[in-house]
Amino acid sequence: MHRLLAVLAKEFIQMRRDRLTFAMMVGIPIMQLLLFGFAINTDPKHLPTAVVSAESSEFSRRLISAMSNSDYFDLQPAPPTIDAARQMLERGDVLFLLRIPAQFSRDLVRGQRPQLLIEIDATDPVASGNAMAALSALVDQAIATELKGPLSGLAARAGPIELRVQRRYNPEGITQFNIVPGLMGVILTMTLIMQTGLAIARERERGTMENLLAMPARPLEIMIGKLVPYILVAYIQVTVILSAAHFVFGVPILGSIPLLLLCVLAFVIANLSVGLLFSTLAKNQMQAMQMTFFFFLPSILLSGFMFPFRGMPGWAQNIGEVLPLTHFLRIVRGILLKVNGPADVWPNLWPLLVFTLVVVALGAKRFRKTLD
Amino acid sequence: MTDYVIDVRGLTKSFGDKLVVDGLDLRVERGAIYGFLGPNGSGKTTSIRMLCGLLTPDAGSGTCLGLDVLRDSATIKQQVGYMTQKFSWWEDLTIEENLRFAARMHQLREPRKVVGETLERLGLTSRRRQLAGSLSGGWKQRLALAACLLHQPRLLLLDEPTAGVDPKARRDFWAEIHALARNGLTVLVSTHYMDEAERCHRLAYIAYGKLLAEGTPEDILAQVGLRTFSLTGAPPDAVGELGRLAGVEQVVPFGLRLHVSGSKADLLEASLRAYAATHRISFESVESSLEDAFIALMRGGESL
Repeated sequence: MHRLLAVLAKEFIQMRRDRLTFAMMVGIPIMQLLLFGFAINTDPKHLPTAVVSAESSEFSRRLISAMSNSDYFDLQPAPPTIDAARQMLERGDVLFLLRIPAQFSRDLVRGQRPQLLIEIDATDPVASGNAMAALSALVDQAIATELKGPLSGLAARAGPIELRVQRRYNPEGITQFNIVPGLMGVILTMTLIMQTGLAIARERERGTMENLLAMPARPLEIMIGKLVPYILVAYIQVTVILSAAHFVFGVPILGSIPLLLLCVLAFVIANLSVGLLFSTLAKNQMQAMQMTFFFFLPSILLSGFMFPFRGMPGWAQNIGEVLPLTHFLRIVRGILLKVNGPADVWPNLWPLLVFTLVVVALGAKRFRKTLD
Repeated sequence: MTDYVIDVRGLTKSFGDKLVVDGLDLRVERGAIYGFLGPNGSGKTTSIRMLCGLLTPDAGSGTCLGLDVLRDSATIKQQVGYMTQKFSWWEDLTIEENLRFAARMHQLREPRKVVGETLERLGLTSRRRQLAGSLSGGWKQRLALAACLLHQPRLLLLDEPTAGVDPKARRDFWAEIHALARNGLTVLVSTHYMDEAERCHRLAYIAYGKLLAEGTPEDILAQVGLRTFSLTGAPPDAVGELGRLAGVEQVVPFGLRLHVSGSKADLLEASLRAYAATHRISFESVESSLEDAFIALMRGGESL
């Protein structure tokens, strides 16, 4: 019994000594509670929506106001042209694009079954499901109020209008099209941050860091020399995942592969810089692992990989906007499924570059040549 | 003018609020084997790291190989060989790969040739593909030394190089250090072993970050001015009793004898004479050892 208590006491003392591990044991559950409890919502609301209305009628105003009163849609300022609206959809600025054609009301009144066209960004099939159901209810309601009195006869007929839904980019709503490209970002984040974090923490743990630093090499030479091998590893991973995505899961590769590979480089460097920063903070390999996990968890939950990004509250989206994975997911899905070009990719590329710059500056400040 | 390879004044370094090295002045002549002694945690390793440019001193100035220790740490690193206290070569690289890495880091012109010659000289040619981690302590130490010497440094900094190495290997190691010094290499070596201290040309003793004594082993003995007597016939439990006598500063058992030392020779001798009159012991004056001197210094350092 005494010996048991002695072992117990020793374990508690050691647990208390290792502040970081202790902080992780408390911090990770809190983070999980916050993220799963508040941030994640599988019934995404407030989805950005654009309406292009070719007529300004009682009906169009009624439909638009019904949509903005609904929780599901956040109406964006009306784009000037249909091309501008398409571009918003392509870049992921909006998830829904509703088009009300000219003379819609006239055709409706004449009983000519006018078309109401909805284009949905279906790259993430989960994101738009409930909103879509809500939309057709809204349309029916707006029409029902419109077709009163002498026109009530039209309402009784089946389908006074034709609601045409176009699921863009992933018409069949195949989950793999969304998940598999996303997985590329997730795998790169996990392996790169952990490997670089460990590589430098290992040198420190084994005492070889002192030897390395005592040699006449500049810190930059050591840093780059240690990181470049992982860029190579990353490209091997990308090749494997892309091939599997295309040949096994049938994910279309519609955009430019060179552009994708270039964006991969920016993303890889962003992750390596995080790994480097962690390795300068971690005292040993264990701590480097824990820090990786601490970064990985919000990355996977808040980036839009597992749960629709637009479904999260504002604060969670703001955190998500900082994470490299969020932007990389949009880039990968954009290039593979939406044929995004350099100009479409740029809005998500520069945040990656800024992130890298800030993290490298922090890391370099800590990774000094000397041991002090 | 004497040619000083290391000439620093007032080197100071603290970590957080802990002062580790406090105003260290150090001068080491070319070709000297300079011993650096002091208890654990006295600031030896930190001083060595400041000399080779791994740590930036908080205060102080001076030169190492004629280069400014504050500004020229990059150039200093090219001309210094530094052997760390703990084996710091890559255990998951082979002997040859480690040496080749060192050769390339120092941008040697013919790395292959230099590595080949070094392997030959070490007698490791046949084992060159063996992982460094599988070597015994003595071989690791030889490999580490050889790797530090590849680029023919002008100054060798050794931080407790022989800890955990058997006596034969230690003796060989010191023979090599002396051979290197004869060829003009300057060596600064920290150690805890007194026999090693005695093999140095000059010594510095630091404790609590301060330099307490400096000079040849003889100088240091003279500076400390310790008198030592060897007692025969005292029972083992006499240690405590003897320690309380006036003038006695140290009582150390040496096999069946007891060495009693103190800095006030007359007082010490009078006390022992009185003690011998009542107990059945005899005593004779012996030369104080460096160890006695250092322990006396360490005690003095505590009261500073």
